[in-house]
Amino acid sequence: MNGCGVCSCGGPASDADLMQRLDETIGQYQSVPGGLIPVLQIAQGIYGHLPEPALLRICSGLNKSYSEVAGVVSFYSFFSTEPRGRHTIRVCLGTACYVRGAHRVLAGLKQALGIEVGQTTPNLQFTLEVARCLGACGIAPACMVDSVVHQSIKPNQIASILQSYE
Amino acid sequence: MPTTTVRPSSPTDAAARQGQGVSMIKLTIDHCEVVVPEGTSVLNAARLAGIRIPSLCYLEGVHVVGGCRVCLVEVEGAKALQASCSMPVSEGLKIRTATPKVRAARRTVMELLLSDHEGDCQTCVRSHDCEFLAEARDLDIRELHFTGAKHRRIIDQSTPALDRDSAKCIMCRRCITVCSDIQATGALWAQDRGFECVAAPAFGQMLDRVACVQCGQCAAVCPTAAITEKDHIERVWAALSDPAKRVIVQTAPAIRAGLGECFGLPAGSLVTGKMSAALRRLGFDAVFDTNFTADLTIIEEGTELLMRLKAALVDQKPVALPQFTSCCPGWIKFAEHNHEDLLPNLSTAKSPQQMFGALAKTYYAESIGCRPEDLYVVSVMPCTAKKFEAQRPEMNASGFQDVDAVLTTRELGRMITQSGLDFAVLPDEPMDQPMGMSSGAADIFANTGGVMEAALRTVWCLVTGQPFPFEKLHVTPIEGLEGVKEMAITIPSAVPEWSFLQGQTLKVAVAHGLANAEKLIAQVQSGQKAYHFIEVMSCPGGCIGGGGQPRFTTNEVRRERMKAIFAEDEGKEVRMSHENPAIAALYEGFLGAPLGEKSHHLLHTRYHPRGMHH
Ligand code: SF4
Ligand code: SF4
Ligand code: SF4
Ligand code: FES
Ligand code: FES
Repeated sequence: MNGCGVCSCGGPASDADLMQRLDETIGQYQSVPGGLIPVLQIAQGIYGHLPEPALLRICSGLNKSYSEVAGVVSFYSFFSTEPRGRHTIRVCLGTACYVRGAHRVLAGLKQALGIEVGQTTPNLQFTLEVARCLGACGIAPACMVDSVVHQSIKPNQIASILQSYE
Repeated sequence: MPTTTVRPSSPTDAAARQGQGVSMIKLTIDHCEVVVPEGTSVLNAARLAGIRIPSLCYLEGVHVVGGCRVCLVEVEGAKALQASCSMPVSEGLKIRTATPKVRAARRTVMELLLSDHEGDCQTCVRSHDCEFLAEARDLDIRELHFTGAKHRRIIDQSTPALDRDSAKCIMCRRCITVCSDIQATGALWAQDRGFECVAAPAFGQMLDRVACVQCGQCAAVCPTAAITEKDHIERVWAALSDPAKRVIVQTAPAIRAGLGECFGLPAGSLVTGKMSAALRRLGFDAVFDTNFTADLTIIEEGTELLMRLKAALVDQKPVALPQFTSCCPGWIKFAEHNHEDLLPNLSTAKSPQQMFGALAKTYYAESIGCRPEDLYVVSVMPCTAKKFEAQRPEMNASGFQDVDAVLTTRELGRMITQSGLDFAVLPDEPMDQPMGMSSGAADIFANTGGVMEAALRTVWCLVTGQPFPFEKLHVTPIEGLEGVKEMAITIPSAVPEWSFLQGQTLKVAVAHGLANAEKLIAQVQSGQKAYHFIEVMSCPGGCIGGGGQPRFTTNEVRRERMKAIFAEDEGKEVRMSHENPAIAALYEGFLGAPLGEKSHHLLHTRYHPRGMHH
């Protein structure tokens, strides 16, 4: 079976397929006022991030300048122009987590992954981010991998947590 | 230089609405009753009453967002202070503009802006006309109570026409609005957010990475030194002091109606003679006129139009119509970025600046026995895009860069000030010959509609052999500040050479401001409108409103400059390009015929699609 390994999508889509999906999206929103943000969100869903060719396509499709589109992309933190990992790790640096050793967890993750905060591993497996209070102060220090909260983490557990997502 | 900075927010347009069937509103400002037309802002109502409320972000009719908050006033019955620039008057309103509360609030706003501004005013290029500095001065701020980080500094010298320094930006967003709403370009936008937010090209990249047309309208409205023209003053001084160089200068038609403002003269002062005198005193070896090649442009571009019409009507050949004018390098770059399919419609005639450069280093250089490499050609332009145009790789018909340096009106003003000349007392001096000779038709190139009017004067006379049937030769339907103008004129009879035009109705249109051009193009491309010839100028009002003209250019200033240009035209003995004897001599002794081989090589060019970048 030649699937992408994660889901039943049938394998990685070609650039042309992705562009076609983007064009369909642009077509749907072309005459919708305020259509830019949904198009950007869907485009990020299609590509995993917002590469320049996709942005330029959106510009011409929605008849907006590159600077305007970039202004919107750079305003919202949930848009990214860099490729993102399959999994996003968000280490809480809120007060409760911090006093209970979150910075050691973060240092351990940086070392294990070999990347800085905001970066993605070369194999596109993980993107490392930090957060302010995940609302899980009772189980601090906490971190989230995608939508799963991991609690009371000790630096020596990092390897096994990462392994469970490889 | 004037001691008070000229600031943009004149209440003139509001005042102009008076008596046009608009109802009048009575309000009280600082205990004085004021009656103003409905729709007037409180800020303008106050100005009409002789009270100047400070403002920074406000640009009448263009950018009214209430962003900067230095224009705060107290409104009776309202708890919070209100931004007067974006508050319309209403009946019975009671406004106080200078209470302690208002003054304290304005100062706080200003102090916060000053605290993150890179304020090296003594050496800043805008210190003589900086609106930001002027407002701080008028608010009498003597101490800053906030200290903190400075605004992020991005120095951008990537383009030939404009330099950017984001540390001087106060985020008034005027440039963003002008670039997108007036110029339909959107090269600048707010990038990032919070303290990091800058008015910049996509993702804070350099300006040469986006489809900026280099018009300089952003620099014209920027209240600070955050966007300025690329300075060519030093290279011109260097050339002037180089004994091996012969340095000549051409002045665009719009300069004579703008330069006086650099020295505190009222808008619309015509200073042609003083300008020539000043240029001679700066050391130029010859003082010439871009008007000379404006007349030449009419001959070449007019002939091109007639040839296209002939191909379409007589030979039934597929030919690109409407023909678009090509004098404005901002418009050319805009078309290259956005309208690849229209490039065949652009006249191949170079702009007057570039025709001048090409002829200066061939025709003129030969006539005085100077090698083209020893001749240094300086232009004085109302325009920043001309700096871009001069360095286009196509613009070296003489084998060298045809125009070496381009000064804006403002830069020439600074050179005159640097050299200590008292402009007001200079005598009126004529320009040099032969390239200083021009018709009135060339003068009006400075105004929106002027190139079209000049072309119509000549085309009409050549085709019909009859006098031009307009009072004082002015085609009023295509003059003035309306964004898109059009007109149709039927040719009643034609001389044998152009007999196919007999009975034809020539349809023309004029747009200024690229957003207006965009509207016109959409109508043409959808088939809603059809024309034979279209004039496009990037800058509102045409070149008299160029991005390099003295600050500040309001519509009132535009009207005054346009009047001055028409006065110059009407004062000329020769009013038609084809009657300029120096042009006739040029064809006879050098060029041969219009659109001939020499013309083709020296005076015409090609255009290239550019896509979204560069
Ligand atoms: S932009 Fe104005 S306030 Fe800022 S340094 Fe220059 S002159 Fe001073
Ligand atoms: S020069 Fe013109 S096109 Fe370029 S950023 Fe300024 S206003 Fe926009
Ligand atoms: S660059 Fe000038 S016009 Fe643009 S936002 Fe900054 S201060 Fe305002
Ligand atoms: S501080 Fe980390 S979850 Fe609240
Ligand atoms: S001038 Fe009124 S808010 Fe800026």
